[in-house]
Amino acid sequence: MALTEEPQSLVEDSGDERPKWDNKFQYLLSCIGFAVGLGNIWRFPYLCQTYGGGAFLIPYLIALVFEGIPLFHIELAIGQRLRRGSIGVWTAISPYLGGVVSAGLGCFTVSFLVSLYYNTILMWVLWYFLNSFQNPLPWSSCPPDRNRTGFVDECQGSGVVSYFWYRQTLNISADIGDSGALQWRLLMCLAACWVVVYLCVIRGIESSGKVIYFTALFPYLVLTLFLIRGLTLPGAKEGLLYLFTPNLEILRNPRVWLDAATQIFFSLSLAFGGHIAFASYNPPRNDCEKDAVIIALVNSMTSLYASITVFSVVGFKATNDYEKCLDRNILSLINAFELPDQSVSRDDYPAVLADLNATQPARVARLLLRSCRLEDFLDKSASGTGLAFIVFTECLLHLPVAPAWAVLFFGMLFTLGLSSMFGNMEGVITPLLDLGVLPRSVPKELLTGLVCLACFACALCFTLQSGNYWLEIFDNYAASLNLIIFAFFEVFGVVYVYGMNRFCNDIEWMTGRRPNLYWRVAWKLVSPLLLLSVFGAYLVLLVQKPLSYKAWNPQHVGPSMKPFPDDPLHGQCACHLCLRMGGSECIQDWGPSRPGAPAP
Amino acid sequence: MLWLLFLLVTASHAELCKPDAENAFKVRLSIKTALGDQSYTWDTNEEYLFRAMVAFSMRKVPNREATEIAHVLLCNITQRVSFWFVVTDPSKNHTLPAVEVQSAIRMNRNRINNAFLLNDQTLEFLKIPATLGPPTDSAVPVWIIIFGVVFCIVIVAITLLILSGIRQRRRKSKGLPEVEDAEDKCETPITVENGIPCDPLDTKEVHLNEAFVPEGERLTPL
Repeated sequence: MALTEEPQSLVEDSGDERPKWDNKFQYLLSCIGFAVGLGNIWRFPYLCQTYGGGAFLIPYLIALVFEGIPLFHIELAIGQRLRRGSIGVWTAISPYLGGVVSAGLGCFTVSFLVSLYYNTILMWVLWYFLNSFQNPLPWSSCPPDRNRTGFVDECQGSGVVSYFWYRQTLNISADIGDSGALQWRLLMCLAACWVVVYLCVIRGIESSGKVIYFTALFPYLVLTLFLIRGLTLPGAKEGLLYLFTPNLEILRNPRVWLDAATQIFFSLSLAFGGHIAFASYNPPRNDCEKDAVIIALVNSMTSLYASITVFSVVGFKATNDYEKCLDRNILSLINAFELPDQSVSRDDYPAVLADLNATQPARVARLLLRSCRLEDFLDKSASGTGLAFIVFTECLLHLPVAPAWAVLFFGMLFTLGLSSMFGNMEGVITPLLDLGVLPRSVPKELLTGLVCLACFACALCFTLQSGNYWLEIFDNYAASLNLIIFAFFEVFGVVYVYGMNRFCNDIEWMTGRRPNLYWRVAWKLVSPLLLLSVFGAYLVLLVQKPLSYKAWNPQHVGPSMKPFPDDPLHGQCACHLCLRMGGSECIQDWGPSRPGAPAP
Repeated sequence: MLWLLFLLVTASHAELCKPDAENAFKVRLSIKTALGDQSYTWDTNEEYLFRAMVAFSMRKVPNREATEIAHVLLCNITQRVSFWFVVTDPSKNHTLPAVEVQSAIRMNRNRINNAFLLNDQTLEFLKIPATLGPPTDSAVPVWIIIFGVVFCIVIVAITLLILSGIRQRRRKSKGLPEVEDAEDKCETPITVENGIPCDPLDTKEVHLNEAFVPEGERLTPL
């Protein structure tokens, strides 16, 4: 009965045709491109390494099965069924959800904010990409100081690659309050990034659907090339062993489960409204259950694949660093004890050192030899921009034909980020189109142009010298809690307000099968509970330690932790959390009052 | 007598050249690191060459053109290969000031390195910093060139897309008014087939499909 009857029309096909996907593959690629982003490359390997290697896969898979896939299925199903963007969908389910308790408006806002800062990361990637077309690479050596007797102090203290990142790219200030000047190089790159994004989303999925074939598949090609190259490097085996050796003890730490749940959540890009928008362009009768499972599995497989690649290269770097450490020690010994040049090999070193320590311990102690252990170098993990712009960039220096690998790597990062940007922009543009913000006569190109221009203007703050600090704040605090709340409302709204039976009927109409017990239990019980506990744990952790960010101190070597400037922030932060339910209006008062301060 | 003189001379030499003496410099060579299989052994002939190069560098300093190889003293040669050297004045009583020696060596560092097939890192003069090469900056940074290329391509593509979109829209809006005009003026060409007019479906009068209007006269009666 439900198969033949048209379900109650919550859908008004308002006359003008909704854009459609050219084929199913394009739709799948767009969703995969949106889900697979920079986080798969630089967050998942870090988590794997920190949380006991192979053992991390257990909480990760559990979170995937009980939280990721059910939530994802809901998003695709409601988007496809109601054929609207996020705001429209919630208004259709219940006027309360759409308007007043604007979960939809919230999704829209979060998509907007995430677009801002995601494209800023792309701006940095583009800068590195443009600088990769030269040999030797600009981050391979320190610039000489004014007398040309040595290298610039800051560079010598921190290391070439860090210097290139913090000084020559960001030109970072020492404090978030000191915003400094606009960096014109970054400004140009930011403009270029937004122009590229505009070119791709200019006609919505008609244009982005063509580009996605390249931007979604190119990263896989590059990852494969890097994997082949990485596995043939010396030291790759050590890196991989270190990564995947399971340490089951660590599963007792509740932090692991929290991080696994949040990683799955953000990795699949849930609650952004992008997937809802993509699914709304599907024909109504489409197997969204199969799509959800396929896309989620592909996303997780990609994370694993990327982590194998990353760790083989990082293992190579660690081995390299370890050998250099040994060589430095050997040279000190040789120079101090006047032994013949090249007389002590790396294998002989421990024996020679023991010998000398026995006979002349005082002299050896004066040399201040560093202890070189491979595990110490393998432990130096990094995530986020640290991995991409510092650790991996340094690894690239050691590969033969480094500029080619650098171009490939940054090109891959750019296309990964770009395909995620399409989803973010869809999450912003589709609701605007559905709301009818601009009259129908205004061409779509103009709307997308205005949105891109607005985003570009807002993102200008990230090109200031303190831009990286603002970005860290965004990354850590802006989106995370919001998204969990919105996802919770999504599940709650669909299962309890819209009604589980009604929803199952709709799915049966669309896919031809009624959702089985696994889905029903997950939607009704497990996912909401998981989300609530993640939200609670997040709040507890947030409240426990003072909000802080890592600052770069040009006098002292390397970054240091700084607390947020002053109390007004704490007060406003708490207020902020309460008002967040109401949607976009309240997000003005974050941060020291200054014009152009970004709203999280 | 001669023997005493010889003793005196070597003693004074020992005085002048010893580790950490005034105006003495330590030199360290890493020949095997630099040349690997093709390395040469360090012997007295190489020392002679070294003293010659130092004397040559000093002769280039104004007022020191009279420096001879014999004025350069080496001592404490180790297996590493490292040693100390000083440059004495013609009277061989005291050593030349460190500053002069330092500047002389710095000016001719390249020649000295090349004489031994080594470089700044493998032939080290401790306490004499090497002058680094100037940074190789091309007139226009590479990244700006590539940026220009990418940006231009993207702008051109956007312009083309916008223009094609405008053209499409104009064609669509030109198509619609023509149809509307024709319906208003009832100038739709009526094609006739088999004596039955084949009107396009008149959207204003949805209900009438003229092809099926029962006109008995047209059909042959049974």
